[in-house]
Amino acid sequence: MTDTEHFVEIKHAQKSFGKLEVLKDISLNVARGQIVAIIGPSGSGKSTLLRAINDLDALTGGEIWLDGVQVNRDLPYRQYEKHINQMRQDIGMVFQHFNLFPHMTARDNVTMAPKLLKGLSKAEADALAEEQLDKVGMLERIDYYPSQLSGGQKQRVAIARALAMKPKLMLFDEATSALDPELVDEVNQVMKKLAEEHMTMIIVTHEMDFAASVCDRVLFMDKGVVVEEGPPSVVFKNPTKDRTREFLRKHLAGAK
Amino acid sequence: MGLDFTVVPEHLDVILLGCLWTIFIAVAAALVSFFGGIIFAVIALYAPWIIRQPFRLIEWVFMGTPLLLQLFLIYFGLVQIGIDLPAFVAGIIGLGLHFAVYNSELIQTAILSVDKGQMEAARTVGLSRGQALRKVVIPQAVRDVIPPIGNNMIALLKDSALVSVIGVSELTLSAQRAIGATYRPFEFYLVAAAFYYVINLCMEWVQRRIERRIAISR
Ligand SMILES: Nc1ncnc2c1ncn2[C@@H]1O[C@H](COP(=O)(O)OP(=O)(O)OP(=O)(O)O)[C@@H](O)[C@H]1O
Ligand SMILES: [Mg+2]
Repeated sequence: MTDTEHFVEIKHAQKSFGKLEVLKDISLNVARGQIVAIIGPSGSGKSTLLRAINDLDALTGGEIWLDGVQVNRDLPYRQYEKHINQMRQDIGMVFQHFNLFPHMTARDNVTMAPKLLKGLSKAEADALAEEQLDKVGMLERIDYYPSQLSGGQKQRVAIARALAMKPKLMLFDEATSALDPELVDEVNQVMKKLAEEHMTMIIVTHEMDFAASVCDRVLFMDKGVVVEEGPPSVVFKNPTKDRTREFLRKHLAGAK
Repeated sequence: MGLDFTVVPEHLDVILLGCLWTIFIAVAAALVSFFGGIIFAVIALYAPWIIRQPFRLIEWVFMGTPLLLQLFLIYFGLVQIGIDLPAFVAGIIGLGLHFAVYNSELIQTAILSVDKGQMEAARTVGLSRGQALRKVVIPQAVRDVIPPIGNNMIALLKDSALVSVIGVSELTLSAQRAIGATYRPFEFYLVAAAFYYVINLCMEWVQRRIERRIAISR
């Protein structure tokens, strides 16, 4: 039985790096097909929260659940490795700096993991690469290496790579922050398309307009806590907390 | 008495055969040193303490003692404990492991300097750490050190002359045999030198080709 209201569930997430407490008791539910944006000042813990969801940064307290399965289960090391590798196949992640594999073509970036982990044949893998790269508008560049692509093109290939594992959830950590302004839109378009296909997404972003246009819910984080959350119409237009107002004012002023 | 190269053709077959042996030993030892270097590097960085220690000993022996001694040890020493290797095999193992240790140092540094985002990206699509190393990190690390590894391989080619001391009839020993028959050391050493030079050029050519091919994929 899957509970669509609690598709992604973060329960009392707590994370410290040594003495530095970066996440302080964060709880969050994301329904299936929902899109949540996380905004907040630098150092507030947005990336850490995102990276905790697929256990790139292990929580020091609390639980992460996806589709009825706990991600950060308490298991002996070997069993946990098996479990987490399996779980990560269901969680796509897109990084600010793309992290494409530079020694592989776009095609191989997309198919390497499915071939290795799902045993796809060459024909199946090629079909998958074509399908996913077509979706992000990169089919023409299927045999290009990352060094031959622009930032926006790299990021679209990185999205295709994540989608190729057929994830249940997609995480975006400032997917457009490293891009030249004129390349931001092509990546945003791809994310919009995913939204239309009801992909469940958690998006860390500094782009308020984009967040307002695609997200169902916005979370404002500061100093490791969720200060305010709600629909974009409320959080962006009529925030109830002073800190949110302050952040938006500064941020919008800075963006101009 | 001046140089007289007319004595050379008569012994060219011996020299050519020696040349082939040198190429064979250098290529085989280069392969051992390349893959051995990767294996040593992975062990040094990731194996549990108990496995790392014996390899540190091997590393210390191959780095801290003369190659000549290592060849004697492998060829004459191992016989004593019942391992009787043909001389050319002992030569390949000795040269190969000697340079594997040097390659391993290069590869270790290169592995550590591959961007951490690469391992993370590989892990997020579900690869285990071992799979991520094999598919993503190590191929990039190796690419980064092709030029210095190439230098090591040229050093290896030159040091392959040392296997003559355990009786492998490679280029240098063949030249000596020809000299023994003709008393013409200058001529035959020059001929041998010319052959080393040509092999060297071939190796550099291969290296440049590899570098050009991987330039795009970095
Ligand atoms: N591996 C780590 N070791 C120690 N401290 C860390 C580590 N990763 C993050 N931090 C600290 O945790 C805090 C939150 O970092 P995080 O990257 O989550 O912030 P962020 O909200 O994503 O910021 P930004 O908008 O700049 O990306 C920061 O103070 C950061 O220095
Ligand atoms: Mg961040």
